Amino acid sequence: MTASGAASLEVAAMSKRFGANIALADVDMRVPAGTLHALLGENGAGKSTLVKCIIGSYRADQGDILFDGREVAINGPRAARALGLGMVYQHFTLVGGMTVAENMVMARPKIPTIVNWRAERRALEDFMARMPFRVPLDRRVATLAAGEKQKVEILKLLYLGCRFLILDEPTAVLTPTEADEVLRFLRDLVEAHKLTVLMITHKFREVTAYADAVTVLRRGRLAGAGAVRDLTPAAMAAMMVGTMPAATRTDRNTAPSQETRLKIEALAAIRDDGVAALDGVSLSVRAGEIVGIAGVSGNGQRELVEVLAGQRRAVAGEIRIDGQPFRFTRAEIRRYGVRCLPEEPLANAGVARMTVAENLALRDFDVPPFAARGIWLDRAAMRAAAMLRIEDYNVRPPDPDLRLGALSGGNVQRAILARELTGEVRVLIVANPCFGLDFTATAEIRARLMAARNRGVAILLVSEDLDEIQELADRILVMAGGRIAYESSAAEVDLAAIGMAMAAH
Amino acid sequence: MADLGAAGVALALFGGAIRASTPFLFVSLGECLTELSGRINLGLEGTLVCGAMSAYGAALLSGSPWLGVLAAALVGALLGALHAGLCSLKRVNDIAVGIALMVLGTGLAFFFGKPLIQPRAPMLPALHVCPTCQFAPLRAALDINPLFLIGVALAFVLRWGLANTRPGLVLRTVGDSSEAARAMGYAPLWVRLWATMAGGALAGIGGAFLSLYYPGSWNEGLSSGQGLIAVALVIFARWRPLACLFASLLFGAAGALGPALQSIGVHQGTYLFNAAPYALTLAIMIASASRRGTRVSAPGELGAMH
Repeated sequence: MTASGAASLEVAAMSKRFGANIALADVDMRVPAGTLHALLGENGAGKSTLVKCIIGSYRADQGDILFDGREVAINGPRAARALGLGMVYQHFTLVGGMTVAENMVMARPKIPTIVNWRAERRALEDFMARMPFRVPLDRRVATLAAGEKQKVEILKLLYLGCRFLILDEPTAVLTPTEADEVLRFLRDLVEAHKLTVLMITHKFREVTAYADAVTVLRRGRLAGAGAVRDLTPAAMAAMMVGTMPAATRTDRNTAPSQETRLKIEALAAIRDDGVAALDGVSLSVRAGEIVGIAGVSGNGQRELVEVLAGQRRAVAGEIRIDGQPFRFTRAEIRRYGVRCLPEEPLANAGVARMTVAENLALRDFDVPPFAARGIWLDRAAMRAAAMLRIEDYNVRPPDPDLRLGALSGGNVQRAILARELTGEVRVLIVANPCFGLDFTATAEIRARLMAARNRGVAILLVSEDLDEIQELADRILVMAGGRIAYESSAAEVDLAAIGMAMAAH
Repeated sequence: MADLGAAGVALALFGGAIRASTPFLFVSLGECLTELSGRINLGLEGTLVCGAMSAYGAALLSGSPWLGVLAAALVGALLGALHAGLCSLKRVNDIAVGIALMVLGTGLAFFFGKPLIQPRAPMLPALHVCPTCQFAPLRAALDINPLFLIGVALAFVLRWGLANTRPGLVLRTVGDSSEAARAMGYAPLWVRLWATMAGGALAGIGGAFLSLYYPGSWNEGLSSGQGLIAVALVIFARWRPLACLFASLLFGAAGALGPALQSIGVHQGTYLFNAAPYALTLAIMIASASRRGTRVSAPGELGAMH
């Protein structure tokens, strides 16, 4: 690279269509050098399409890109990186089977035929010393938690000498503390004029705290732009959805009952690679209560949900529902009304190749009315029931015969939630339910969770979004190092103490 | 030499291990490379047999066993290229292609090898480590075939190369995540082509050993399934070249158990002892499976439908 320091980017009249679907129409955007620019919009507004056109993964039908004032034609991510334009994706592009050091070296455009590891390691260690967060160089990436992988992705691009960084929802997998670390770090680089950042985000908090300017897209078109200091979150939200969003928040209207429905005692579990993930977790959830578990990704939350979903065997401890030991058999699940909405529902709670109707019937296909005729399934009844749930939960497209894998992430989540909240639900375990969803969907889902709580369901909410936990939970716990590190009711919560508990591991 | 007893068995096992492990070694190193690139090649049994036939034929025609080895490598590379070419088509399952090529390779070898059954081709020379040794069994055990030494060196070279050279890192990237490889600008299909060709060439050399050293002739019962077992060996060795070497030696020793015991006069249960390598495969797979662990080190793209 011949130039150094922050670069500017300008996009003019960019358009892209996929068949009949107009993803982008005539979008202009200006990001001056040395600024942090936020790109806002609902799911499907065209944000990902826009940045993919910029980075060269897609070929725009129309439009120009000016990088540092010069018109450029970028034909792929590698060409973009050669210019100094890098992107951190939502799904990781790291190689899981290789170590962090190997990933960093592999990202370079020119790798020598014989790699001098001593020199490379020294260079990497020098680089890492200048960074505010550490990632262990010799750990295999597959063993890192999502937040750590995100950091490695960012570090990788900075190591390559990136001058303009595009981030697609960078803090989605990070806690508020980690998010602030990352954004503060990027902000410092931006202010020192070493980097320009374009960030796709949903979180107004981050936009108002860190961004200089914002561009808002709606349905593929430019809906508004401006300096952050001139716009309020309400104004930005109005640009995103076209009108002021209605307050759909359902208030809690009852206090939790005294009856303990779910009780976990001294639960211990081991991760796939043999490392202990849960180290004596004890908690209880009462009927009509939401217990929120906060914590940095990678502290055992995933394994806790896996154990409660029956996907992982605990090595010690006990789980009791209504005072009875719970052994995850289908009969017990049905008797106690245990439901689960895990992370990555497409992989963990649904079958991608089966249709939406079949997926929606997975909880009750083996009992009447669907199984009324012995081993023959009543598929018409399944389909009709699926249609009802699809409409009720606003799953798009509303086609019960579509494969589940063909739906977008948010709609998969809605569909699985539709299944889990239907029927006799008494215990619900939810993990990161609003991950990657726009705020209409988020508000919907949170309203449904609150409604379930008001109906008397015992809900265990595991989330990496502290705002979500604060909004929904009656009691807040923090998980760190495989244990419960903090516990308090929502009314008496001390944010500083939570932050300390999260960091202590 | 019935009075040698345990020492005799040990010597026979030692010599037998080195001898019998050579085809396992080459095929497993070759399959290791192919699987590290993210593709399973089950056709190596057919490649092995084809390599054996071509080596024998080329050695017969040219008078040089080493040209035979070269011919085997070329034939193996061609069959590997065929496998790679077929698997690069959309929605083709590499396991199905592998099995088809196994049958094809075996059939081609038997067909073209008919005229080769009678004539004697020149054999690969053995390296006499101790030619002046008085003790005949020791001298025999120390006659090491040159391909074995090449294989051992290759195992070390591969281990070093996979961690320290660009081609090695690129291979591992392609095998673990096609998407990451493409994001970096590497073309997974080409890398897999080279890896599969290299794997086929090595399997061919493994076959050349069978026809040009031990048992040292061409006939249709030459291979005893070494190609297939070697695929299991690679998984047992967790895709590490040095572990492939160790596993091959272990299996070679297991295969030499029958003849070794026969040499000291144990004649009962020969069939059971001959089953030792296969039983060992099963036992090791069971022992190395863990209910709680997962195969963390499997290349991510293995078994993925492309």
